[in-house]
Amino acid sequence: MMQSKREHERLGREKLQRIIDTCKSVEDRSLDPFLVDIKGNITTVKEYFPRWKVPEDLCLDAETVHHLASVTTLQSEWVKHRSTSLYTDPFLLEDKIRRMEKVDMVKIFVKVWRPTIELEQISLRSITEAIEYWDSLLPMKERWREFPLGKDETGTATREELISEQILRDKAFSEELETFWQELKKVATEKGEDGKVRYWSFIGADTYMETVQRAFMTSFLVTYGYATLEIHPLEEEMFIVPSQKLAPRTGSKQLVSIPISISAEDWQKWKKGEL
Amino acid sequence: MSRRKAYYAGRLKRAAHLLFYKRHRKPGIKGWELRKALGSDYLKVLKLLDDYLRMLDLQVKTVFEEEKPAEKPSQDQLDKARFLITLRGEITPKEARMIGWRVDDIAGLAIAIAYIVSKRGKAPRKEVEDILRDKLPGWRVGLNVDRYIRYGYLAQDENEQLYLEWRTRAEVDQNALVDLILSHEKT
Repeated sequence: MMQSKREHERLGREKLQRIIDTCKSVEDRSLDPFLVDIKGNITTVKEYFPRWKVPEDLCLDAETVHHLASVTTLQSEWVKHRSTSLYTDPFLLEDKIRRMEKVDMVKIFVKVWRPTIELEQISLRSITEAIEYWDSLLPMKERWREFPLGKDETGTATREELISEQILRDKAFSEELETFWQELKKVATEKGEDGKVRYWSFIGADTYMETVQRAFMTSFLVTYGYATLEIHPLEEEMFIVPSQKLAPRTGSKQLVSIPISISAEDWQKWKKGEL
Repeated sequence: MSRRKAYYAGRLKRAAHLLFYKRHRKPGIKGWELRKALGSDYLKVLKLLDDYLRMLDLQVKTVFEEEKPAEKPSQDQLDKARFLITLRGEITPKEARMIGWRVDDIAGLAIAIAYIVSKRGKAPRKEVEDILRDKLPGWRVGLNVDRYIRYGYLAQDENEQLYLEWRTRAEVDQNALVDLILSHEKT
């Protein structure tokens, strides 16, 4: 008899916990609140309530009632929303969005968009900081010493090494470079500005490994004349400009090595849009 | 110039300075700040400024903390509301690009807002990213959503739910956006 009573209480706790979990998922994931059978659940709560003696069980009971009340509020809001002009069937809208061209979406959005007008201003404090920064800056001549000038060293990694390091696939390096060049040209035409692409926009990828690989290939594109780097030091911006025709580097022109850091930290920053 | 006119001319200039210059992290200024700087009849001053800005295709916009009150807003609601200047008329896609928005960014923002509106103002980030992935390159999706959050168009809670933020309420006619999308016919 005692055992059966305990078993019944255990079952009751489980049922209340299940009700709480269902309510929570409706609250947190914006699911249809009418998925919850309020009446049925209240009956369950009522059925077990007389059995609860210890504070833990009574708290569980109160929590269940609290969550059921929240879902009832959501149901009320749901009905209100459906009766307003803002109600749209999400599935219908989703389908429309998926079928609509990007350009059409932009044309529609600019019709209903009224961007804010604001003027940025520099504060006295920022000016002081800028002067301090300027005063502590080393002359250009000294700063450039950090980046030794010299000829590009292109022969340090063999193709076999690159394949074994999984940097290259088992494909001729020139073929790989050619494909990458075509990709750069395509990106520059479709998404670039004035035929050039931001360095990080082009090399950035979903994984750090892939990003390094793309940076590596890009360095070869620049070295072999498939593209040029455009650096704006003041704005701290770097662009890649694809050459339309292959322009081999002439020996008379002095080549400059530009060290570009592709650290995991930079990649994280770029992922967050801070770079 | 009469004394009254001179009074309002001075207030008008002060209101323009307060509204145009970004003083805080967010653009615009709160109602209580305007009341303090312009006096209790600041709404009248703003009305005059709004009329003046009409010829420049600009307007004074009021963004309430919660939803726009159905009746006349109370003093408290006005105190907490944000007042800012927005464009009055439409812009072209070309102009939008000139102010620093790429086509991809605008399309993504439109999709995210429309989708969240249809979901009663709240949608899981994952769902929004899924629908964006249809139109934007995969690696840009997360970055763009973060950017919309940073600019104040969207907000995200600890359960990764996305909401519409103050900037959307200030700048976008949500009703019209959804209507236009639904009534769009492929040409």
